[in-house]
Amino acid sequence: MTDDHQLRVSKIQNGTVIDHVAAGQALNVLAILGIDGTSGEAVSVGMNVPSDRLGRKDIVKVEGRELSQSEVDVISLIAPAASINIVRDYDVIEKNRVVRPDVVTGIISCPNRNCITNADEPITSRFTVLSDGVRCDYCESIVREDEVAANLDVN
Amino acid sequence: MRQDHLISAAHLSREDIEAVLDRAAEIDDDTAAFRQRHAGKVLGLCFFEPSTRTRMSFDTAMKRLGGQTVDMGPVESSSVKKGETLADTVRVVEGYADALVLRHPSEGAATMAAEFVDVPLVNAGDGAGQHPSQTLLDLYTIRENAGLDDLTIGIMGDLKYGRTVHSLAEALTNFDASQHFISPESLRLPRNVRYDLHASGAQVKEHTELDEVLPELDVLYVTRIQRERFPDENEYRKVAGQYQIDAETLKAASDDLTVMHPLPRVDEISPDIDDTDHATYFEQAHNGIPVRMALLDILLSQADD
Repeated sequence: MTDDHQLRVSKIQNGTVIDHVAAGQALNVLAILGIDGTSGEAVSVGMNVPSDRLGRKDIVKVEGRELSQSEVDVISLIAPAASINIVRDYDVIEKNRVVRPDVVTGIISCPNRNCITNADEPITSRFTVLSDGVRCDYCESIVREDEVAANLDVN
Repeated sequence: MRQDHLISAAHLSREDIEAVLDRAAEIDDDTAAFRQRHAGKVLGLCFFEPSTRTRMSFDTAMKRLGGQTVDMGPVESSSVKKGETLADTVRVVEGYADALVLRHPSEGAATMAAEFVDVPLVNAGDGAGQHPSQTLLDLYTIRENAGLDDLTIGIMGDLKYGRTVHSLAEALTNFDASQHFISPESLRLPRNVRYDLHASGAQVKEHTELDEVLPELDVLYVTRIQRERFPDENEYRKVAGQYQIDAETLKAASDDLTVMHPLPRVDEISPDIDDTDHATYFEQAHNGIPVRMALLDILLSQADD
């Protein structure tokens, strides 16, 4: 059944399928990947597709691109059930569930404008990953899972 | 204490706290015995925002241990005015001093600064974040007056931006303390402090009115509601008067209630409380000296090992 639903969006020849993204998070996944449609990459997006595992899910297929670990780390924060499928010549040659890291560095901006990481100091933002969000290692502010996407600093 | 720096009360164990308070009690008993304890040592005072009590008490504490202090002076006349980063400032002052005390308007400043220096660093207040040395003197005062276990404490005022409150609440999770937080809705404890209290299993209740809890309290810790934090003056006026106490208010309290305040106060504690047995805020301020002497003694001695 899942394959049928995946066909709602076109197959890709080479690239990455990010599957089992929490419903409603596809556009945030695109933001994490820095995809806004201006760079010519072919992208297919399925939103609110029926899923056995999640009830509803989003799918993002990106032609001609494999993801960096830091991109996968951030995706894991907003879509902890996501799987990353590497496609070559229309075949899935590698399929991995995302794993939430213990710490994410340099990819989220602290929303606390008075945090020292937002001053002009020679440091990189660093967040400890919690069960339902992340916490700034400097000012200790907590960013909930549903707020992470709004504070991404990956582009 | 096991760590090199004092950045956050969340890093303090009960053993760490008791080590400092016990040393402070020894110093209180015989200050003269500590007079040359750290002769020849220098403490660097880096205050990026105004301070009277904290700066003076660290200065005094170091001198009473036989040491000296170097003070970077007001920000307006320092290299900070030329655009120097905090990271550079502390690395420079580290070269002049055996330990540093840092106050800074940004949350997380002490955590960051500690990454750039090898000498012990004490967070003397980072924005609305933490103020752990104040907490140690608060705990010393509470221990002297009410004991630290089987304690019911009310903490009232600006709980959102009050760094002394954040540090105290987190430190009290080491003890058998029931904590009652009294504030306007708009000034409740911040999310991260509530998260830590919940994670520690602390007994916590939140209130908007003092009279809901006053008769139960052993200690009432009052902080100033900071007018400048309110975007609307009318909103400030609505809540400010509710969080002022006077002798009349305390008629509903236990005779043994200890009233504390990190000072400076404005109008949240009426002067008619000053001469009552409840008033402990000036004793609390004086306790800053033995407690900061104890803290510096422990950190400097550890650094020598």
